[in-house]
Amino acid sequence: MSLTKAEWLALEKKAYELRTLCLDTTSWAGSGHIGGGMSCMDLLTVLYHKYLHLRVDEPNWPDRDRFVLSKGHAGIAYAPVLCDYGFNDPEMLKTFNLSGSKMGIHLDANKVVGVDASTGSLGHGLPMALGMALAARVQGKDYKTYVLLGDGECDEGSNWEAAMAASNFKATNLISFVDRNGCMIDGKTEDVMKLEPFADKWAAFGMEVRSIDGNNIKEICDAIDEALANESDKPFMIILNTVKGEGIDFMEGDYTWHYGAINEEKYADAKASLEKHYQKRLARVEKEAE
Amino acid sequence: MAGSLTYTAIDSTSLSTAEIYGQALVELGRAHPEVVALTADLAKSTKIGDFQKEFPDRFFNVGIAEQDMMGIAAGMAKAGLVPFLSSFSVFTSLRAGEQLHTDLCYQNINAKVIATHSGTSFGQAGSTHHAICDLAVTRSFPNLTVICPADGYETYNAVMAAYNTPGPFYIRINRGFDRVLYKDKDYGFELGKAVTVNEGTDLTIIACGSCVFQAWEAAKFLEVNDGLKVRVLDMHTIKPIDKEAIIKAVTETRRIITVEDHTVIGGLGSAVAEVVVEAGKGCAFRKLGIQDQFAPIGLHEDIMNALGIDSNGIINAVRDVMKMDFEEDDDWDDEM
Repeated sequence: MSLTKAEWLALEKKAYELRTLCLDTTSWAGSGHIGGGMSCMDLLTVLYHKYLHLRVDEPNWPDRDRFVLSKGHAGIAYAPVLCDYGFNDPEMLKTFNLSGSKMGIHLDANKVVGVDASTGSLGHGLPMALGMALAARVQGKDYKTYVLLGDGECDEGSNWEAAMAASNFKATNLISFVDRNGCMIDGKTEDVMKLEPFADKWAAFGMEVRSIDGNNIKEICDAIDEALANESDKPFMIILNTVKGEGIDFMEGDYTWHYGAINEEKYADAKASLEKHYQKRLARVEKEAE
Repeated sequence: MAGSLTYTAIDSTSLSTAEIYGQALVELGRAHPEVVALTADLAKSTKIGDFQKEFPDRFFNVGIAEQDMMGIAAGMAKAGLVPFLSSFSVFTSLRAGEQLHTDLCYQNINAKVIATHSGTSFGQAGSTHHAICDLAVTRSFPNLTVICPADGYETYNAVMAAYNTPGPFYIRINRGFDRVLYKDKDYGFELGKAVTVNEGTDLTIIACGSCVFQAWEAAKFLEVNDGLKVRVLDMHTIKPIDKEAIIKAVTETRRIITVEDHTVIGGLGSAVAEVVVEAGKGCAFRKLGIQDQFAPIGLHEDIMNALGIDSNGIINAVRDVMKMDFEEDDDWDDEM
């Protein structure tokens, strides 16, 4: 199912709206993990608005597709997605990160509707997602499980235990992504703890690896289509080469925006930047759509 | 309660505690298709091979990767399965302690950890394989029910109770054979309620795991030789602990000794002490266990002897505590 121009435009519009909502949420909260939220927003948009089979009125539908946000600190991007989707009241976003809120920095599956796993501690998402994928096999269900890791998170050894197991158990109903924005708290990933040759590592652990532009909605869709059509016995790992802070020019590629504060002035600049970014995206669709 | 036990009291002397767990798991597997078993290259050691044979599609050996095992189990439970995870206690509580804390307890997952080779029961393996801190660690995790069964039948009862009670469980059992305390499974096991193994009014021994049998032997000896009536409580559920039985022991016997194959910091003894202190009533009190040190190497019974948590050590402790000049003030009863 190749992406039509109309679909692509709709997804770009949604990604723009969700980036704006993520910025708003950061502004309401005063600060947040906005850099890594923006880098993965295209994937979240594509998953929630093209691929995931979900029921808004039945969030715990047993046959629903699963999504685990292993890079749980991107909750500031995920919460807007879940509220916009209809799982939670968008008004909740105004309480994000505030005392007494149901929405903390890392979303709690027992408090926020639509969250399949409570994450935040890194290196936990891939094993849990694998468990969901294996459960589908035991139960004879055909739902898919998607999981998004951060690249810095891949320093954690538990990911590699899970990669080995996913491959060993031939969990092809698990589709994994890494948000390769190249940044972590203390610097660039390659400066703090070298990950490269990153794709080779996943391949060596038995995954079918694709490395794409993770801020290109068309490329994301193509890669997921390929993963869904996968007839090998290897689980798919899609490395999303992204830009930290994608869409907000003064954050882009700057690891110090792992977590940052947004004041009124920065908010206005960011908003204007997102608008420009959206226009550029639309121009790209016009140029590249089939 | 699911199913019924298919082996007899005679079998319980020929099956190790882990083997009884293995049988209970098969029984659960037959009755409940959602039960799955996971291990980390310890299927043989944790005796879940029968489940593997009968339900190969519901058995997952994740290799030597306890953290991964916990996470996978959490995901499976989130999707509606009931995972039973088996590995050594030291690895389930410490190596994968954060996954137990975050993936299972924080999410309040319906998964059951069966932690084998607990305490010093894998004595010859040394401190890398002793689990002397697991009760202290797991007891502090919210949502987690922590059980330390005294023998094979109690393990069976604990496993069935775990299946029948939603939420995460940590059941710590020993390697190898346990001395048989209960003749059959019908002795009134109830989650969170201590079993009175021996009635008494002079002193109460509160024990868990393999120390319960030792305490019972000590009580029988002390009755014959010292004329003491020693109450023995099998405190199988470490959390939630039976406060009522503890306070009753304070008021009725005013002397308490706790015994555990575990460090005296944070385990059963600490749990009992917390209840005693909060009750506002002093009583003569002693904690037997591992005294803030790593245990020696050796056979389990030899280590228990060296640590003073076998019947000999317990007898000595009872005699000491009976000699303690424990003062009661005049209005002791009024303060209750």
